[in-house]
Amino acid sequence: MSRQIQNILGSSKKIIQRIGGQKIVVFLIVVALFGFFCIASPNFRRYSTTLSILDYSYYIALIAIGVSFPLITGGVDLSIGTGLICYSLIGGYLVVYQGWPVLLGMIVCILCGAIIGVLNGILIGTMNLPAFLATLCTMMMTRGLGSIFSTGLGIPWPTAGDEGGWFRTIFKLNVGNLKLPLGFLWILLLVVLMSFVLNHTKTGRYIIAIGCNKEATRLAGVNIRYYYILTYVISGVFAGIAAIAYSAIFASVYPGTGAGFELEGIGGAIIGGVSMTGGVGSIVGTLLGVFVICILKTGLPFIGLQANWQQIITGIVLITAVLIDLMRNRQGTKSVTTVLKKQ
Amino acid sequence: MGEVILTMKDIDKSFPGVHALDNVSFELQRGEVHALMGENGAGKSTLMKVLTGIYKKDSGTITYDGKDVEFTNPREAQQAGIVIVHQELNMLSHLTVAQNIFIGCEYMKGTMIDDARMNAESTKLFERLNINIDPTETMSKLTVGKQQMCEIAKAISHEAQVIVFDEPSAALTESEVSELFEIIRDLKKKDIGIIYITHRMDEVKVITDRVSVMRDGAYVGTLISENSTKNDIINMMVGRVIYEEPKTASKVPKDAPVVLKVEHLNAGRLVKDVSFELHKGEILGFSGLMGAGRTETARAIFGADIKESGDIYIDGKKVEIHSPKDAVKCGIGYLSEDRKRFGIVVQRTVAENSTMAYLENFMRGIFINKKNERMEAEKYVGSLAIKTPSVNQLVVDLSGGNQQKVVLAKWLVRDCDILIFDEPTRGIDVGAKSDIYKLMNELVKEGKSIIMISSEMPEVLRMSDRIVVMCEGRKSGELRIEEATQEKIMHLATMEN
Repeated sequence: MSRQIQNILGSSKKIIQRIGGQKIVVFLIVVALFGFFCIASPNFRRYSTTLSILDYSYYIALIAIGVSFPLITGGVDLSIGTGLICYSLIGGYLVVYQGWPVLLGMIVCILCGAIIGVLNGILIGTMNLPAFLATLCTMMMTRGLGSIFSTGLGIPWPTAGDEGGWFRTIFKLNVGNLKLPLGFLWILLLVVLMSFVLNHTKTGRYIIAIGCNKEATRLAGVNIRYYYILTYVISGVFAGIAAIAYSAIFASVYPGTGAGFELEGIGGAIIGGVSMTGGVGSIVGTLLGVFVICILKTGLPFIGLQANWQQIITGIVLITAVLIDLMRNRQGTKSVTTVLKKQ
Repeated sequence: MGEVILTMKDIDKSFPGVHALDNVSFELQRGEVHALMGENGAGKSTLMKVLTGIYKKDSGTITYDGKDVEFTNPREAQQAGIVIVHQELNMLSHLTVAQNIFIGCEYMKGTMIDDARMNAESTKLFERLNINIDPTETMSKLTVGKQQMCEIAKAISHEAQVIVFDEPSAALTESEVSELFEIIRDLKKKDIGIIYITHRMDEVKVITDRVSVMRDGAYVGTLISENSTKNDIINMMVGRVIYEEPKTASKVPKDAPVVLKVEHLNAGRLVKDVSFELHKGEILGFSGLMGAGRTETARAIFGADIKESGDIYIDGKKVEIHSPKDAVKCGIGYLSEDRKRFGIVVQRTVAENSTMAYLENFMRGIFINKKNERMEAEKYVGSLAIKTPSVNQLVVDLSGGNQQKVVLAKWLVRDCDILIFDEPTRGIDVGAKSDIYKLMNELVKEGKSIIMISSEMPEVLRMSDRIVVMCEGRKSGELRIEEATQEKIMHLATMEN
């Protein structure tokens, strides 16, 4: 009898290990947070609140998915926050003031992201700059560059009635009176796609390998310079897609904003189990981590805590996540010694 | 042994300021295990790096399989059939065993990596090598020995003709070493040429056919392993005789005062109820297999890890040690087994490293008295024969043996009465090894006491006055040097509860 129970416990433990313990924990936290706010505040229970959580989550989720890749190589990309505003300003400028079609403006956003990604990748992979420093520089550069295109004022991308206003329905579709958060579907699709890239393609395998041991990966004959560039291009392209999502959700894009978005993205990834030391992480986890941050951000005002408190609590959540990461690493080494002992 | 598969002729290589290889020649036959020996910095690794295309040679020729070759990166060498099993394990800890073996040459199914096939191929490889490893296990969960086996499996997966082992046994336990030798003998039968870099004299006779010796970047000579003695090889390596015989009797008087007494120490899973005494002027050897809990015991005594229970007495007085700082105050110094991680600050100078543990003695007000620091460091550079151009040299530029001496200097500056040496000679050359032995003997003569943790049985038998053997976190026995033999130690080290 007890053996049977042990077997069941054992196999469920295996399943949990397969999915990844942290993902399940983070998922439960998302559910618990959502539940807590639903109970605590009647207003939070409305469909419109869920919609607005989703609205605000898109661009953060997108940059978080993107930045997971540099994080998994053991690096970081700080240029994604100001970058996404910069790309949105450039795209918006071309659409609003130069009369380019919206579709072209969107492509420009993604291309700009890719170009900054290539720059980051070369600085880090070829010129061996520390990722923090290289992307700090491109962060400042994109901030300045965006302001040049804005002439100091906000740029309003076309709205629903205008020509080209259709692009806003990519993220929110109105069917009669019902608003459908279509963006969530795209996010899910991208999560599936990027999970596949991370776990089942050479690109993903080498990105993880670089995060484990850069030199060993190089000695295995992998062209790590190329994969560094690819890593930061992925991050940049996702910042570009995030720029589109941001433009579609907000009425106007203002220069000088965007600093701090990258920290929410990186924070989400880390809460979701991406290790700061590299080599470990999952895209599903990242998405869940982003929702922890977004639910807190939207939910806390409903129970009467203002912006300052949101930031303090988000900080505490991040510290907790990093501590869990550290503890897990320590456990990792411990399990090595247990195996050693058995030998 | 058969035809010559690889010839390196008149290889020359200079780095800025260093003539690393000076007209070195080397030859390898099929089915031969050819040892490459020399002190650290003699140029063995550099020669192998030139062979596998990591470094570019300045002049000379490499003939492989009848053709002149020059590889520009390790991958080309790999494809041609020359692979290297690196000294520092090149494992990707978060990937699985199979993913590690096939890194850089994955099987693909369209754009998708074919993990199933890689697992199957790995299983086949392991069967060929007669080793039992699960290819889907995460690399970080394996022992160092198993990781080494994976590296070898990886080498073979490339259909290698020449395999270079760069100090493969440095981190292995005795049983793992014999497993490794089985595999090497097997590879020999398959007519693969093997270059075996090692510091361990006793391995030369056991596994190699010929031995070539290098010194200071130059080729010294080649011997047939069977017909050469340990002393022949050592003489070629260092140009002097330094081999010491095992200790037969302890010089420590029976009634020497107890300086350190540990009672019922418990810390984690690898330190269970450990008790022992250390006498003044004694070298107490700690022997056991890897993972027996020796390092963990030392770290718990030193306050580097949290201990759950147990008492520590110094000179008969009970002391509370909660951190390395407390331990240092009590006069305990600890030389870590992993000097790169815990022993030294590689990017700082020799002088800065040597005063690190006793900086308060070198202060003038709030400033560091650099002149005093330098003078003190120079004193130890002299007395320990640290090979360094000056005390302002960055430690990272020194050889392994000399780095270890800097760590030693750090604790000598502090004037600790109790020194814990954790694998003091791991990965350092014979010359530096004998320097460190000599120094340890001088230290105990001065009245200091030493705990020496070592995985090398001859070292334990040569240096210790008494030997504590650990097994699975417990002290499984204690031997006086007069009664200790390798067999007795092994017996205790493998005792099941």
